[in-house]
Amino acid sequence: MKKDIICIVCPKGCNVTVEYDENGIITMKGYGCNRGIDYVKAEVLHPVRMITSSVKIEGAKYALCPVKTSKPVAKNKMKDIVKEISSVIIKAPVQMGDIIIENVCDSGADIIATQTLEKQD
Amino acid sequence: MRNLVCWGGTLVIREFDLVIIGGGPAGMAAALEAYEQGIRNLALLERDDTLGGILNQCIHNGFGLHVFKEELTGPEYGLRFSELIDKMEIEVFLNTMVIGAQPDKTLYAVNPGYGFMTIKAKSIILAMGCRERPRGALRIPGTNAAGIFTAGTAQRFVNMEGILPGSKAIILGSGDIGLIMARRLTLEGVEVVGVYELMDYPGGLTRNIVQCLDDFDIPLHLSTTIVKIHGKDRVSGVTVAKVDENLKPIKETEEYVECDTILLSVGLIPENELSEQMGVDMYDSTSGALVDQDLETNIEGVFACGNVLHVHDLVDYVTLEGQHAARSAKAYLDGKLKDKLDKPLLKVKPGPGIRYVLPQSIYLKDKDEKIKIFFRSTQRFSDALVKANINGEVIGKRRLIRLIPSEMESVTLKASDLFLYGQEEEGENIIYVEVEK
Repeated sequence: MKKDIICIVCPKGCNVTVEYDENGIITMKGYGCNRGIDYVKAEVLHPVRMITSSVKIEGAKYALCPVKTSKPVAKNKMKDIVKEISSVIIKAPVQMGDIIIENVCDSGADIIATQTLEKQD
Repeated sequence: MRNLVCWGGTLVIREFDLVIIGGGPAGMAAALEAYEQGIRNLALLERDDTLGGILNQCIHNGFGLHVFKEELTGPEYGLRFSELIDKMEIEVFLNTMVIGAQPDKTLYAVNPGYGFMTIKAKSIILAMGCRERPRGALRIPGTNAAGIFTAGTAQRFVNMEGILPGSKAIILGSGDIGLIMARRLTLEGVEVVGVYELMDYPGGLTRNIVQCLDDFDIPLHLSTTIVKIHGKDRVSGVTVAKVDENLKPIKETEEYVECDTILLSVGLIPENELSEQMGVDMYDSTSGALVDQDLETNIEGVFACGNVLHVHDLVDYVTLEGQHAARSAKAYLDGKLKDKLDKPLLKVKPGPGIRYVLPQSIYLKDKDEKIKIFFRSTQRFSDALVKANINGEVIGKRRLIRLIPSEMESVTLKASDLFLYGQEEEGENIIYVEVEK
């Protein structure tokens, strides 16, 4: 398989062309440094992303509380995780760092609150 | 506090050594640094019901890499400051709108608790931020249907109020907020048809192109713009067209795209109504105040920082600028900036390839001072050599593997190199920052 990847490690933004199969990378062209090699390897074999979203909250000033994954998760789990997040309703108060969902979709990451919201009447 | 009885209540007059207008990232950083510097009689005025400004709706991550050496979301970045402000004896006025400002540093404000307030300040830091360029500023022909939002308004709806702006959206402009909203809307179930950018390069960071568009197969159409908006009560679609090298739409390339929502991510405008009312001199290229290396405006004791001064691409730089303004305010209150006008003054101006510079003037006080000149380029350059010249002499340079208008850069000058020119009676004594061909 062949893929064009823009390296985002630094602002230079090298266009890297990579050929790979299920055993790993065969050739890589266009990278500018070793950090780029590592990035492209990870991006091809195990791409991960941080996910940020929000959950419904009751009794707070706003309708939603922002959340994030505690660490980057596999890119192909992104949609499932967002779906899981959207099904949750929490109650105020909530503190930044509170765990909202443990080990979300078996990803090994927790969903944690990124905002502090007081209880309001 | 002096309370004077007036119609229906008391007229409040407050006096402060330092008043900071705006409780977003710039104002919060300024308030904390002012406190650290020993200023105790200070006030932070914020029109919203909470501190943090735009950070509260920027729930994505990527903030803080420079200041905290870690990646935070917007609310987390904001809490790092607002939690400390809560702990200190910094007086914060929420729900407080400054509605008038005078050159003698008298401010008029309203809030639900005090009603009308007069605030007399010895020094002021302007940190009001910016607002989004609206449809009206673009003059896109077509109907005035519902469904047209600035990207930031949609961001607030989706991230804080829990309301989706529509079901099928297009985004005009490829600034970072637009790109981030493309991802956010997609994940929330809105179909994002495409992003249309007038220029032949994207406005946002490469990282956002990759993670917000490519990850979700959202197409980015460069050199393309909206020429007409369709729809009676609600947007039903747009006509888009490619543009030529003069950015004029090419009729033959017109194409109809169906959508019910348009997000505009087409630039930010510093909110300087108060500054102008006070008589602060403005700089056309930034739509912000003209400042010297202390971030002081033409009005003594009035400083500016953050997006009200010039639009930044990273909040980290806003924080650093807020801290800088607070240190300058402290120096002013200590009487250390008094004899500025007697000192040699150099102007700083953009040369070829540079859109704007900041500060726009440097006065020479201390031979050991290092002065950072921030700038943005007019276009894309790869492997650019940026030079600062005065009377033909190079006094600072910087080589950049990539220089693009959306990323602010800087070059540092040594005051010791400038004293020679400051003393000269002859010559213009203008520092030009330029990109060498």
